Amino acid sequence: MERADYERLRWRCIRRALLELDITLTRFLDDGFDKLTEDEKKVFVELADMEDHELWYWLSGKTECDDPRFAPVVAAIRKS
Amino acid sequence: MSIPVLKFDAVIVGAGGAGLRSAIQLSEAGLKTAVLSKVFPTRSHTVAAQGGVAASLGNSEEDHWTWHMYDTVKGSDWLGDQDAIEFMCKKANEVVVELEHYGMPFDRTDNGKIYQRPFGGHMSNFGEKPVRRSCAAADRTGHAMLHAMYQRNVKANTQFFVEWMALDLIRDEEGHVLGVTAMEMETGQVVIFHARATIFATGGAGRIFYSSTNAFINTGDGLGMAARAGIPLEDMEFWQFHPTGVAGAGVLITEGVRGEGGILRNSSKERFMERYAPNAKDLASRDVVSRAMATEIKEGRGCGVNKDYVLLDITHLDPATIMKRLPGIHEIGLQFAGVDCLKEPLPVVPTCHYQMGGIPTHYSGRVVMPQGGDMNAVVPGFYAGGECACASVHGANRLGTNSLLDLLVFGKSAGDSAVEDLKAGKAHRDLPKDAADKSLARIAAIDNRKGGANVHETRLAMQRTMQDHAGVFRFGDMLKQGVEKILEVEKAARQLEIKDKSQAWNTARTEALEMENLIEVAKATMISAEARKESRGAHVRDDAPDTAEFPNGRNDKEWLKHTLFSPVDNSITYKPVNMQPLTVEPVALKTRSY
Repeated sequence: MERADYERLRWRCIRRALLELDITLTRFLDDGFDKLTEDEKKVFVELADMEDHELWYWLSGKTECDDPRFAPVVAAIRKS
Repeated sequence: MSIPVLKFDAVIVGAGGAGLRSAIQLSEAGLKTAVLSKVFPTRSHTVAAQGGVAASLGNSEEDHWTWHMYDTVKGSDWLGDQDAIEFMCKKANEVVVELEHYGMPFDRTDNGKIYQRPFGGHMSNFGEKPVRRSCAAADRTGHAMLHAMYQRNVKANTQFFVEWMALDLIRDEEGHVLGVTAMEMETGQVVIFHARATIFATGGAGRIFYSSTNAFINTGDGLGMAARAGIPLEDMEFWQFHPTGVAGAGVLITEGVRGEGGILRNSSKERFMERYAPNAKDLASRDVVSRAMATEIKEGRGCGVNKDYVLLDITHLDPATIMKRLPGIHEIGLQFAGVDCLKEPLPVVPTCHYQMGGIPTHYSGRVVMPQGGDMNAVVPGFYAGGECACASVHGANRLGTNSLLDLLVFGKSAGDSAVEDLKAGKAHRDLPKDAADKSLARIAAIDNRKGGANVHETRLAMQRTMQDHAGVFRFGDMLKQGVEKILEVEKAARQLEIKDKSQAWNTARTEALEMENLIEVAKATMISAEARKESRGAHVRDDAPDTAEFPNGRNDKEWLKHTLFSPVDNSITYKPVNMQPLTVEPVALKTRSY
């Protein structure tokens, strides 16, 4: 991922509407993002563009992520 | 260096509730309006507001705006201006119905009216019994509100500048506000937004504290810009705290946990609430619990390496009950404290939630400051609304659901006042030749400095200082030390250094610029809090206790006045509270008790 693309993604992860997402996504960028495959990184970029409440419901397990494309990355974030 | 200039009738900084509401007024009046935001509008922190918006619609039972006004004055501990409070409570029905017309999906009663629920502090008949006054859209009121208003703005051709950071207010020699400088994050380009009206709707600055429920975006940018432009900040000692946030994270733990039998313990595992409230114990009021927690920590009975939190223990409760009655708490413990709360207690600490003070405004949304003997002289061309502004309706403490009402009423009011002033024919005033110089110099200093202070470490030092010295329960000696410490932190904050020198998407630089705003707010808070030698609302001092002469420690004879912190020389002046409503009799002073 190009530096500018990564930094844009970083900004969109560290400045959310919900504190819970600020913390969770910042932590994942620091600890888990590099371990993703290139395809998974693209999925993560899509996740980061989601509305805060929907994303937080997935990441907190309040609702189950039943989309097979997103589920592995959601699981990786939940484990980090 | 030649800096591009974009000309608008109005520029609004911030695209949360207040910014979007004022933009509707301006754009629908046909004025060319720009809204600047660090993030996409529907990702503003207003999204986090769940509780609802207060309005005395009377859909579920009899209600009246004068009762709402009484509750708000009482909630403010009589520090709120009664003209502004009357204005807000009277306007509530109008702004809620407008929102409904914008498409806001309010919860409904069976007969199709907006459903209303009770909320703490909202009463009928001047404090007699609880009343159903809060209008909500499930648990996503703020989110739904932003979506409805964003769509309305798109329709009205408001121009959004997304992922732009406003840098500084532009004022000419006569003190008129002529717009802002701002930086596009994608390119690092600095641009002048030259406007006939400038509206700040930048939200609060809860990130000055170590433990805060506020999202990371709440860095007080509007307050920092106002302070750097020589505009005083009002009542900054007043911050609302919640007793139980996860230590180190700030994520809120519902008070329902104590309701279900959760017990607070100190480092000796002692159930310390038995000493502070022998009858109610852990179910004592929010204020009493917060003060007890702060006292335990101050007296060295806190837990952890830094002895800076206490424990909330639910390990004695039936796991099935916890999972059923307190959904989410187990997950919060795991994700934000690394603790399985079924087996271990949760680390908790009183946590900052809302900023009552801010940029001083008249209820029309016009920014005011002392000038030539007038304590409330209008700053021409400058308006503010929402959490960054101080009208003042929340005074020393805010009632739940009045924050969303504040941003609707005063967002609209600031927009209306700007439209009125612009229709009076005011042309763009000439930009000063050095309009962007200060911003460019600040950026150059951050980019080029060697051997300066680290942004992360400086922010942490500020947050620790604020939490330890100006938290939910305040001690005279700690406040005095806090002033010295925060002035030390300020020196570091004026000497920030970053490693990344890139132009495009330099988040390190953006965070450094945010830090320069945060420190203005932190300093104003600490110095204002040290100076106010009474307890009132959310500002509670150990050395201003509850006595017969001063119930709750409140001293109206000496302290029934607003603080104005001057960032120019760190001095404080005071101005009277407006006790005269617009059309009704004043709410007379009395002891605040519930």
